[in-house]
Amino acid sequence: MFCCGLYGFLTRRNMIAMLVSLELMLNAVDMNFVIFNRFLFPGAMEGMMFTLFAIGIAAAETALAIAIIINIFRSVHNIDVRELNQMKF
Amino acid sequence: MESVGSIILYVVVAVSIVVFSVLAVTTRKILRAATYLLFTLFATAVVYFMLDFEFLGAVQIAVYAGGIVVLFVFAILLTSHPGDNSSRLTSKRRLLGLVGALAMLVVTGWTLLSRCALYASKPAMENPDMKQIGQTLMGTGDGQYLLPFEAISVLLLACIIGGVVVARKR
Repeated sequence: MFCCGLYGFLTRRNMIAMLVSLELMLNAVDMNFVIFNRFLFPGAMEGMMFTLFAIGIAAAETALAIAIIINIFRSVHNIDVRELNQMKF
Repeated sequence: MESVGSIILYVVVAVSIVVFSVLAVTTRKILRAATYLLFTLFATAVVYFMLDFEFLGAVQIAVYAGGIVVLFVFAILLTSHPGDNSSRLTSKRRLLGLVGALAMLVVTGWTLLSRCALYASKPAMENPDMKQIGQTLMGTGDGQYLLPFEAISVLLLACIIGGVVVARKR
């Protein structure tokens, strides 16, 4: 799953598709934390807590990224990263 | 010893995670990519339930499937015209992405296999109940997480304000 996310992030050129790939990678890392917590340290809750905080931060990051994307789209009517080569509009 | 049913469920969930995540990054319609992402997140929640972390599975469904995917769908509908596909990728960039992903897959797979982690049996554990989770989340003692909890609440507040400021019409 992480590999799929990596592939998508490297190849996609639409900003929202890149964000989808980013979510896939975050999800894979979360799942790794939970599985290692379950198999190596049963009874401990560190991996679970870390995953909870990671989910919270991922939600915040996605909301902010989507706000930025919508703002960029409003400025240039395009969200293709090949054509976003200027910082001033 | 695990029962046959749980092994079958595990295989179904694992295959669906792999298939839907591959589809999510290779499909050319962006709304379908979001739908496949939703399926992948649901399958991940099923994995959490199978590993006896019920609270985590519920949080995964509520936050990811309930919040983030809806945000994705709204953003896609706001920023793209219905019916247009993403352009076909150039072969050089596709090759670069494939090489990177396969190298990552080989490294992680070799590490897991060399540790013989594939056949480990699940050690016994009772579910963390709600009281235990709440005390771990809100306690100030050793191994308890009040400070990150408060930090994340401040982060969410800053994110809300920042989102409003960024997306506001001038």
